[in-house]
Amino acid sequence: MAEASYPADLLYHPDHDWARVEGDVATFGITWHAQDALGDVVFVEVPAIGALLTQNEPYTEIESVKAVAEVFAPLSGEVIAVNDVLIERPEAINEDPYGEGWTVKVRVADGAEASGLLERDAYVASLDE
Amino acid sequence: MVPFAGWDMPVQYEGVISEHVAVRTAAGIFDVSHMGQIETRGPAALALLQRLCSNDVALISSGGAQYSVLCREDGGVLDDLFTYRLGEQRYLTVTNAANHEQDFAWFVAHRDGLDVEIIDRAADYAMLAVQGPRARSLVGAVAGAPLPARMTVAPGSVAGVQALVCGTGYTGEDGVELLLAPADAPAVWDALVGAGAHPAGLAARDTLRTEACYHLYGNDLDLDHGPIEAGLGWCCKERTGFIGSDAVAASREQPPAQRLVPFVLTERGVARAGDQVIGGGHVTSGTFSPTLEVAIGLAYLPRERAVVGSEFDIDVRGKSRHARVAERPLYKHG
Repeated sequence: MAEASYPADLLYHPDHDWARVEGDVATFGITWHAQDALGDVVFVEVPAIGALLTQNEPYTEIESVKAVAEVFAPLSGEVIAVNDVLIERPEAINEDPYGEGWTVKVRVADGAEASGLLERDAYVASLDE
Repeated sequence: MVPFAGWDMPVQYEGVISEHVAVRTAAGIFDVSHMGQIETRGPAALALLQRLCSNDVALISSGGAQYSVLCREDGGVLDDLFTYRLGEQRYLTVTNAANHEQDFAWFVAHRDGLDVEIIDRAADYAMLAVQGPRARSLVGAVAGAPLPARMTVAPGSVAGVQALVCGTGYTGEDGVELLLAPADAPAVWDALVGAGAHPAGLAARDTLRTEACYHLYGNDLDLDHGPIEAGLGWCCKERTGFIGSDAVAASREQPPAQRLVPFVLTERGVARAGDQVIGGGHVTSGTFSPTLEVAIGLAYLPRERAVVGSEFDIDVRGKSRHARVAERPLYKHG
């Protein structure tokens, strides 16, 4: 399992999700903390391309051996790509949560929503509370 | 660490799947010191246990072990137990942590003048389970004498300390369980890990026992279900007249409405304890099987549907998931 890490170039949702914003496209995933708490991931349900996600609403479920977790959208937007790797290799979420383990890419509906997300240091501080 | 019944429980070390696989292919070591122990000794120790335990305790030879359930008068299951015969008139019964105090009180309440001492030994024993195809050779290499056979117990030295070595387990693999003084446990743990046993947590213990179709009290067994419904008729010997034997005999005559069965999901997803079976029944244990690589579990199903091959649907958080009744056990060693 990967070592704990929280890249500085991501924005974080307090429910342990991340967004990498590049222009009007954002990539989503779950944080190292989230995959560590879940343990070995065995199934991921990815939404369909074209699905409309709403910030703070669940958009998928990640199932581990121990538990199931809802995954919350850090930003609103339309799904333009889904990570099909996760269907065959759900463990990519554990191995590489910020790389191969990404979940979806969305066309961001409202860039201003990003102000509601946390920078790395604020998110990491929230984990210690 | 996760709190449970007053204990901090080691749920996971490296990861549940790798720990599970280590037990299935090599050897894992579990700290199950939360399990309780009750010693009964004296001329009427057998008579007391025969009154309480569903199995025929007279059949345990010296150094033997036996599984049973502890029933109320109405047949509801108070706990499931392993009893070891340590001597002619001396037995040690292993209880579940959450039930231990209640079990001990039940033992004392049913002594009824019998000449037997009942001693709470929960604080006197730590318990380490070493399980897997390599478990015996690994423990044997640091033991002072050959290990006891399956379903037997013997005192012996392990890594230089005295222990009760039991040829039992809860994983579906061969192996031993060690009962030893709490102060000695860390050194024995370190010695066995040093010898190659993989630390395994209670999450892996749960996936392993579910594959082996061993019951977990509080999930698959409770006061609302009798042993016949739970598929534990094999460990009930009504001829001994144990408490609850009349109710058990009656449910053999008049089969109960539901029956506990193992199942596999035939599509993606994982059913969890508490999920409802569409058309009646519910899931009592549900997880992902690292060995079979599908979701598995145990469920109470209406009797007419509780047959191998029968297909049914489970409401998994609002989604219907297809399942099939499977043969017991879901995993068999070798």
